[in-house]
Amino acid sequence: MPTYDRETIESLIDGTLPWADARAIMSSFKDPGRFDTYVAILQDRVPWEDRILLPLALHLYIVQKPDGARVVKCDCGHEFGDYHANWKLSANVFVRDSDETLQEVYPPLMHSDPDWIVLREYYCPGCDTQLEVEAVPHGYPVIFDFQPDLETFYSEWLGREL
Amino acid sequence: MVSDFLPKCTGPLEAGYEPAGWDGATLREMLEASEKLTEETGCYYGVSELALKETDPIRYEKIFSKLRGGLVNARETAMNVSASPIVQEIGELCFALYTPEGDSVALSTGIIVHVHTMSDAIKFMVRNDYEINPRIRRGDIFSNNIPKIGDVHNADVQTFVPIFWEDELVGWAGGVTHVTDIGASTPGNVPVGPITSYEDGLDLTANKIGECDTVFRDHEIRCELGVRTPMFWKLDERCRIAGCHMVRDAVERTIREEGIETYKQFIREAIEDGRRTFIQRVKELLIPGRYFAPTFNMLLFAGERGLPEYAAVDTMSQAPVEMVIGPAGEFHISFDGANRWGYHSFNCPPSAMQGAIWVLLTQTMIPNDKVNDGAYFATSSNFPPYTISNATAKEAATGAAWGYLIPAFTGLIRNISRGVFARGYVEEVLSSYAMTMNALQGGGKDQYGNDTGLLSFELSCVGGGARGIADGLDYGAAMWNPEGDMGDCEVWELIMPLLYLGRGVKPSTAGPGKYRGGSGFQSVYAIWKTVDLVMQNAGDSGCFPSPGIFGGYPSASGYRHNVLGTDLLDRFRKHRAYPSREDDPADSEITACCDGEHLFDRRTMNYPYRMKHGDIYYSWYRGGGGLGDPLEREPDRIEADLDGDYLLPRYAASVYGAVAECDPEGFWRVDPDATARRRREIREMRARRAVPVSEYLASEKARVLEGRIAKETRRMYNESLELSTWWREWFLEFWGLPDDFRFEEGGE
Repeated sequence: MPTYDRETIESLIDGTLPWADARAIMSSFKDPGRFDTYVAILQDRVPWEDRILLPLALHLYIVQKPDGARVVKCDCGHEFGDYHANWKLSANVFVRDSDETLQEVYPPLMHSDPDWIVLREYYCPGCDTQLEVEAVPHGYPVIFDFQPDLETFYSEWLGREL
Repeated sequence: MVSDFLPKCTGPLEAGYEPAGWDGATLREMLEASEKLTEETGCYYGVSELALKETDPIRYEKIFSKLRGGLVNARETAMNVSASPIVQEIGELCFALYTPEGDSVALSTGIIVHVHTMSDAIKFMVRNDYEINPRIRRGDIFSNNIPKIGDVHNADVQTFVPIFWEDELVGWAGGVTHVTDIGASTPGNVPVGPITSYEDGLDLTANKIGECDTVFRDHEIRCELGVRTPMFWKLDERCRIAGCHMVRDAVERTIREEGIETYKQFIREAIEDGRRTFIQRVKELLIPGRYFAPTFNMLLFAGERGLPEYAAVDTMSQAPVEMVIGPAGEFHISFDGANRWGYHSFNCPPSAMQGAIWVLLTQTMIPNDKVNDGAYFATSSNFPPYTISNATAKEAATGAAWGYLIPAFTGLIRNISRGVFARGYVEEVLSSYAMTMNALQGGGKDQYGNDTGLLSFELSCVGGGARGIADGLDYGAAMWNPEGDMGDCEVWELIMPLLYLGRGVKPSTAGPGKYRGGSGFQSVYAIWKTVDLVMQNAGDSGCFPSPGIFGGYPSASGYRHNVLGTDLLDRFRKHRAYPSREDDPADSEITACCDGEHLFDRRTMNYPYRMKHGDIYYSWYRGGGGLGDPLEREPDRIEADLDGDYLLPRYAASVYGAVAECDPEGFWRVDPDATARRRREIREMRARRAVPVSEYLASEKARVLEGRIAKETRRMYNESLELSTWWREWFLEFWGLPDDFRFEEGGE
């Protein structure tokens, strides 16, 4: 199985690794130590001390708090609460539900009919980063994209305690 | 089972029948024994140890290579028997080897959609005692194109040849090609027009079509009369038969060299090996848990002339793709909550759903040569009855099943991407692939005066989803074919009565993001030298079927711009400007450079209508979804987008916050400092315009209670509430609604 040094993985994460090298990584067997290297890199980059348990999305992590709580946290430091709950419910949202707002992003005719499908843009209340965009009809419940089974992942797949 | 209502055969063919299975068993007994062993042991065919692989791994790999090499060789050779550019240029064919019971052992390259679809068709023949009637003998040829038996859509025509060793059937060679026309009620190969299965075109219900390696003449006559392009059909059929015979030769050669007992042991181990490998890959790449990614699409037929009232409606379809990864690497996909099947040709029987699953998993989870039904046995699925994802009703039309599958399965890609991202394999992250649309489709007379049914496979080259480390692949991918290729203009002009006026990048098709989706492209055609032609558009519009991920936007939605009764020929004569592209529908070159009746709207799904020599047909192909907040896109990428016509300049400012100027030589430069200031302003605007989600949900609940939702959405919601217990409970609980809640239907 291949192994890659930290500098290579950092470049890969940043999208700066030369394409031929990235392509070679894609075509090869996966490096089994990637998760630990990846988390270590991300941990060094965030401005806070809470331990990252799982990268959830760009800018979002499930972290371990000193009091034992496990929460979703943005790299700006904003916390969304227990990771078992959908972090989007604690975010800010802007809904593009008119031709006028949709045409800030798309040319006329090249966007949804807002009577049918709207865009829900979820922003971090701490840094206003756009974290997710849902394309849904009016009345659709907020989508809970990913509910990881952290305990099983750590204890049974990684072979260590969470 | 489609044939459950049929009596089993008891006629004279039964007399003197000798079972074709192993050790005197019938094929049906072999299938039942295989299923029992697999269920009881959890291992394929009860194979708990890979004895051949472990004791003699080199020999094991050599046997696999001989069979796989035979399959790839069959594909690469047989494709030249075909004359259809869909097969020859685009590579829409595939060959596979199956066990006697119908489990795939190995596949060629190509449209590996069919890992399991041909398996379903073989099992259909086995379960229906074909070995007794119409008999399965050495030299026989069978053919199927019915998705309810085992296929994705009716234009994927399959051929099967049984492989014998002495008196035993030791396997099946299967081949599939995507044909040019399937003889449906409307022309082409993804016919958008049939509203029941009785209009889907030529039905090959796993028929015996030949004996002694020879095609029955009555079958050929039936096909000649049944499709619009018999020459392409016949050569496609010869292509499939030739390939199957090459596969048969490769198997017989392997058995001669390795011995029949080793071959029998190998095919069982290879499938169990495939099962174990898939589970290993799941545990290697993903995170256990639940993933959920619904996608919505519109089927727009309201007011279509030629359709009955009950079919001439707009329909919203829901694909609530749930993926659950279990502790032991279990991989479960559910479409619980999907809406009802309908009177259109986009319905999907389970085999069609499996086709879409496997074309995606073989390009994401198991991108290696050892693809077979072992991976199928490592997964489970839930396609609820009566839904569009399990349309087994006999009358449900399936000719354009891809119209549901393509948007639906963007959810599977996004689900997998969340897992691989969390695991750190960012190079495997993808946003939604693009819709392989518009489908330029039609029929009538070609430029030579022959009957024709056509669909331009340019559409197999749309934008890839944005990647975790880079932009998506520009105009170079199709979700249903790992070998994206748009084909040469000149080849399409040879077989279609169309003249290219232009082909180029279509700006602002890609979903914006830190990494944008792959761009789509555009073609402008003149209808050319035909005396009788109907054409249609088949594509998405009014919705966003390629959503973004991690803050990226969906790719652009489709529209139509065709022109009837043009002044194009007059413009040619007078050397006046004619349209070659439409970069910006707000400043249309087609409008500016062509007079006539402009069909310039969101009606991207039409019943065919007449077009004449000199009319203009515009087809643009979609982009992929974006990834990440667009405000994090590097300025040099925005410059490249502008210089390459991938982005209309006004969106560099409004979407990316880029302050850009075009220099006198035509190159764009982004001012990094001014851009940083502009991006801060956009973030401030976000803070002003956004509200806490709790506040939004309060107003949205009022909308739900008051029914201020489009009638198409209300109908879709009611169907999901009715057909799915889980979805009903989830929806009602989220909004705090009573158990008997239903939306009022009708109205606007």
